[in-house]
Amino acid sequence: MTDPNMTAHRATAARRNIHEYLAELEDIPGTRVYTAARARRGYHINQFAMSLMKAENRDRFRADEAAYMNEWPLTDEAKDALKARDYNRLLDLGGNVYFLSKLFSTDGLSFAEAVSTMTDMTFPEYRDMMLNGGRSPIGVRSIKGGY
Amino acid sequence: MARITAGVGSSHVPLLGVAVDQGKTRDDYFGPIFAGYDWTREWEAKEKPDVIVLVYNDHASAFDMKIVPTFAIGCAERYKPADEGWGPRPVPDVEGHADLAWHIAQSLILDDFDMTIINEMDVDHGLTVPLSMMFGTPEKWPVKVVPLAVNVVTYPVPSGNRCWSLGEAIKRAVESFPEDLNVQIWGTGGMSHQLQGPRAGLLNREWDNKFLDLLIGDSDAARWIPHIEYLRETGSEGIEMVMWLIMRGALGHKTRLLHRHYHIPCSNTAIGHIVLEPAD
Ligand SMILES: [Fe+2]
Repeated sequence: MTDPNMTAHRATAARRNIHEYLAELEDIPGTRVYTAARARRGYHINQFAMSLMKAENRDRFRADEAAYMNEWPLTDEAKDALKARDYNRLLDLGGNVYFLSKLFSTDGLSFAEAVSTMTDMTFPEYRDMMLNGGRSPIGVRSIKGGY
Repeated sequence: MARITAGVGSSHVPLLGVAVDQGKTRDDYFGPIFAGYDWTREWEAKEKPDVIVLVYNDHASAFDMKIVPTFAIGCAERYKPADEGWGPRPVPDVEGHADLAWHIAQSLILDDFDMTIINEMDVDHGLTVPLSMMFGTPEKWPVKVVPLAVNVVTYPVPSGNRCWSLGEAIKRAVESFPEDLNVQIWGTGGMSHQLQGPRAGLLNREWDNKFLDLLIGDSDAARWIPHIEYLRETGSEGIEMVMWLIMRGALGHKTRLLHRHYHIPCSNTAIGHIVLEPAD
């Protein structure tokens, strides 16, 4: 407590400005951080996806996707993106990957294969990139900073 | 008195659980990952901890968006492996230590940490994969577990500093439990990975190893790493590493390194593993 360094850090932490904090989260290329704003927007998408944890719901969804989605208060935009399995669009609409992964498993896709559909690579290309050490952070850390 | 004798950090990638459950842990792909845990499995067999305070995050298994607790502690007698959409893992049920868990919960609340109490839940790969990595495939887990679930999904997640402080409070709580127990604390998740968007697949060997370095010795620099640095450097899901800071905070002022392992890749993720002991 008496360490002046620690006191300075504490003061810095306390001064953290919520607007600056949230703005920084939007400054990462190719990334949608799951902020409160996205969580609010995507609430029903994520709760719908969560329902697919149950085998009986997966069966009902597979039998008639449109009818099952109609049981949820989803926008037409969300239903279209879900139907198309357009995961980047779903992230924009407030979907979160851990919830959307229930749709991956319903479709019988591995996590890596589903994730690769959000990149500009095919699954074999994506897998090779991972085997070769993954995507480098160089140049994709900050939109504004360009580093 | 109960005491925290060691801390373990480990990734908890679901695919590692699949490798264990399908007996593929020594193939070309998984062999180098599991080889890095051999030391720890032997060490755990000798250490015989009574209880693990297991810090992890739920991945839309027990919790959905209805309720999002920042820090939640499991006070139940037992927990079943969750069905995450692929069917539950064929691993033993996890036995809780309700007496210690309730003691820690009360002690943390009196220490200004407003914990959520969990009396019933299923536990997902975040908790069962580390048990498999450290104990293999026994009939029954050789330890009791106090699950400590952290929100690292919905922002803002807790700061590194808050996680470290929670670890310090857990140390005080454990040390005031009258029974003589050998307790370990595990921090799980990470290391670098991003599972979403066009930037998916990001890994950062250099940063991850710098983070491991910071956990050893008497530095507390890691507690001040801001969220944005994890996000930029280690991918959106790399933020899980704040959970390792709860483990580190519970080990006191100074740590000694017992074992360390790093491997790229496992599916989308960098595997990191460290074993530390308090060195005050
Ligand atoms: Fe995780």
